[in-house]
Amino acid sequence: MAEDFVIEMLHITKVFPGIKANDDITLQLRRGEIHALLGENGAGKSTLMSVLFGLYQPEQGVIKKNGEEVRVRDPNDANRLGIGMVHQHFKLVECFSVLDNIILGVEDTHYGFLQKAEARKKVVALSEKYGLRVDPDALVSDISVGMQQRVEILKMLYRDNDILIFDEPTAVLTPQEIEELMEIMRGFKKEGKSILFITHKLNEIMAVADRCTVLRKGRYMGTVDIADTTKEELSRLMVGHDVRFAVEKKPQVPGEAVLDVQHLVVPSRVHKKDAVRDVSFSVRRGEIVCVAGIEGNGQSELIFGLTGLEKPASGSVSLLGKDVTNARIRDRSKLGMSHIPEDRHKHGLVLDFSLEDNLVLQRYWQPEFQNRGFIKRGEVRTYAERLIDQYDVRSGQGPVTVARSMSGGNQQKAIIAREVDKDPNLLIAVQPTRGLDVGAIEYIHKQIVAERDQGKAVLLVSLELDEVMNLSDRILVMYEGEIVGEFDPKKTTVEELGLYMAGAKKQGEAKA
Amino acid sequence: MMILANIISLTIMFAVPLLLVALGGMFSEHSGVINIALEGMMIVGALFACFTLQAFDQSGFGKMHPQVSVFIAILVAGVSGMIFSLLLGFAAINLKADQTIGGTALNQFAPAFAVVMTWAIQGQGLTTISIPNWVRITRETFGLAPVDGPSFLNSLIFKYFYLTTPVAVVLFIVSAVVLYKTRFGLRLRACGEHPQAADSVGINVYKMRYAGVLISGFLGGVGGLAYTFAAGSGFNSTVGGYGFLALAVMIFGNWKPLPILASSFFFALFKVIAAYSSSLPFLPTFSGVKDISNFYQMLPYIVTMIVLIFTSKNSQAPKAEGIPYDKGSR
Repeated sequence: MAEDFVIEMLHITKVFPGIKANDDITLQLRRGEIHALLGENGAGKSTLMSVLFGLYQPEQGVIKKNGEEVRVRDPNDANRLGIGMVHQHFKLVECFSVLDNIILGVEDTHYGFLQKAEARKKVVALSEKYGLRVDPDALVSDISVGMQQRVEILKMLYRDNDILIFDEPTAVLTPQEIEELMEIMRGFKKEGKSILFITHKLNEIMAVADRCTVLRKGRYMGTVDIADTTKEELSRLMVGHDVRFAVEKKPQVPGEAVLDVQHLVVPSRVHKKDAVRDVSFSVRRGEIVCVAGIEGNGQSELIFGLTGLEKPASGSVSLLGKDVTNARIRDRSKLGMSHIPEDRHKHGLVLDFSLEDNLVLQRYWQPEFQNRGFIKRGEVRTYAERLIDQYDVRSGQGPVTVARSMSGGNQQKAIIAREVDKDPNLLIAVQPTRGLDVGAIEYIHKQIVAERDQGKAVLLVSLELDEVMNLSDRILVMYEGEIVGEFDPKKTTVEELGLYMAGAKKQGEAKA
Repeated sequence: MMILANIISLTIMFAVPLLLVALGGMFSEHSGVINIALEGMMIVGALFACFTLQAFDQSGFGKMHPQVSVFIAILVAGVSGMIFSLLLGFAAINLKADQTIGGTALNQFAPAFAVVMTWAIQGQGLTTISIPNWVRITRETFGLAPVDGPSFLNSLIFKYFYLTTPVAVVLFIVSAVVLYKTRFGLRLRACGEHPQAADSVGINVYKMRYAGVLISGFLGGVGGLAYTFAAGSGFNSTVGGYGFLALAVMIFGNWKPLPILASSFFFALFKVIAAYSSSLPFLPTFSGVKDISNFYQMLPYIVTMIVLIFTSKNSQAPKAEGIPYDKGSR
């Protein structure tokens, strides 16, 4: 049995204080294959890759290259072994040129002075060979996310790496860019390079990978040949039980408009241009309206404008016919606006408060929870216990658990419990499932649909097209701060949405 | 005409410490460490350099080889500033302490230390270390005959000429080249902008940050000596807020060498106007105001505040400055 493994990670165990992130994991990468590493968030994929890349030292286990044991103490060792990595969050210096970013760390020098001419030739040659279009002199801050990813790939190629790790590379790309990336990966495979592809998206694995290793909660679940498996089987391996991909939803006739937005303009916090430009739409009772788009096209600012976190430059927002454009956040809340924020640490929870205090953050001033300024601790405890029970929020010490110590999924459940229990008229949910495992996602989707079925208006912002297609009754696509199209999910395709998300197409007049 | 020559040469003399110290701050901040302790580094550098000069003066070596002595004093200033800056590096890089608080502590420590040292060496009550009169570069240094009477060129060049000026020119050119043309500079800037990126390509962020802090200590120390020369009345355990002014110069100069050069001249000019307001006939005297010179002395600091209000919005500060780098968090 002489299989040609280029990299083997055998029986790797990595322990962090209080948690076994990797427990006896084995991963064998064949020469010239695309090997997917599948697992939910927190399954230990990133830890395993960090061990391979030299960022962490494992407690147990060995790494072999071409059958020989090697030690990877830091990224330099990994580089010498030909291992390169495209990190999930790009490691690029924004104010440097593309070329400077590529050569950083492996610069050619002459008496300490940088020599860039040779490097430029090599970069141009590589980018032509693999179809990785980049402009070597552009500043990274000026180029698109897709091009930044190509720069990261070129960084690996420039270092002559032949074992390429892609850490969730598709999260930031449009469907078209994803297709392009897959093509590039197939090209690498043809060149004999070996690829490790970390993801939790089953469709992508089915499309491009040869084999797949599945992790669950830090444990090794097995390695399967993609040719002999199905999506359902992979997801069972990953989650441990069957998962329904489609969300059950009853047909419903939308009622009166709850939220009405007219010509809204919201300034950006990072640059001088407006982040939201002249956006108008409405959300009615009993419908889920979904704002789709690639990250950074004004969705966050739109929500800031609606919820009062940012003052709109012009335009109006009305809730149940009442103008709330400049209303205080508490007044919006009283009128029945609930907000599940994008950044649950920054805007959702006070991390160092207890769970019960977080649950009454918007209601502590109500007579049932306070008496002349003193909090009725008993009432708060009873209320918190009811929510914890009803919404299945799991935590170490119940109501007195510090929010910071809870898992991401349970933090999110706590926010949803607080926001939904208010019995809102309008529920605004921004990327409510980001960073959560499949079980939690299923639960949250059910809650959102339940709210809709009770006749609430729901505005959902999501970057995940599957989520958009599954949940929404209406889709608005945002591109560069404008709504460029409105779609019925039953009559459109992911590909069509992708064209609008990338700015390639625009509907003449997108009024909602 | 003589006044013009005086103003130009004075401006150069006052610009030199600002330039050196601001360049020092630039290196530290490009590596990712906010260096608010520049003032303290100047004081420590100036203190030991002045002791050195005094020792040379007493041994007679200074009179025989004045510029060699000054050059050694410059090295002493730089090295002692560097040693002092190790304290900031240790606090900011190893202990991951808040860099502003660490810097402030050093700023409080430095003048007190200087006072104690001055008294210890000179005897109680003698708070000034005087600068020997042979440190200035004169016509005689080049073997030129003295000129009689006032001369424009002579005033321009030789009236306020110290070795720190040509040294500053060299250090400025070297700084600009190092920062933009060398591997070291590229890596240093990467550490101040995105240390995680630098780490992921195998650059030792801690080492680079130490390098940035040490360079700033060196330049700060030399700048302290240059200030003491410019101030002209010996070393009194203070550098008159020049360390902070240099921070403003650095911010106004957008953390880039050439604009820093320009802005140090800008601030120096105001300083000169302040210091020599009484002897500049073209300045309005505001008859009726009791002592207008106080106003002119405030001028450089007022200008600093106004300039910073208008420029700090567009500043291109290194993104990761002030954030201690922790390998674990990614």
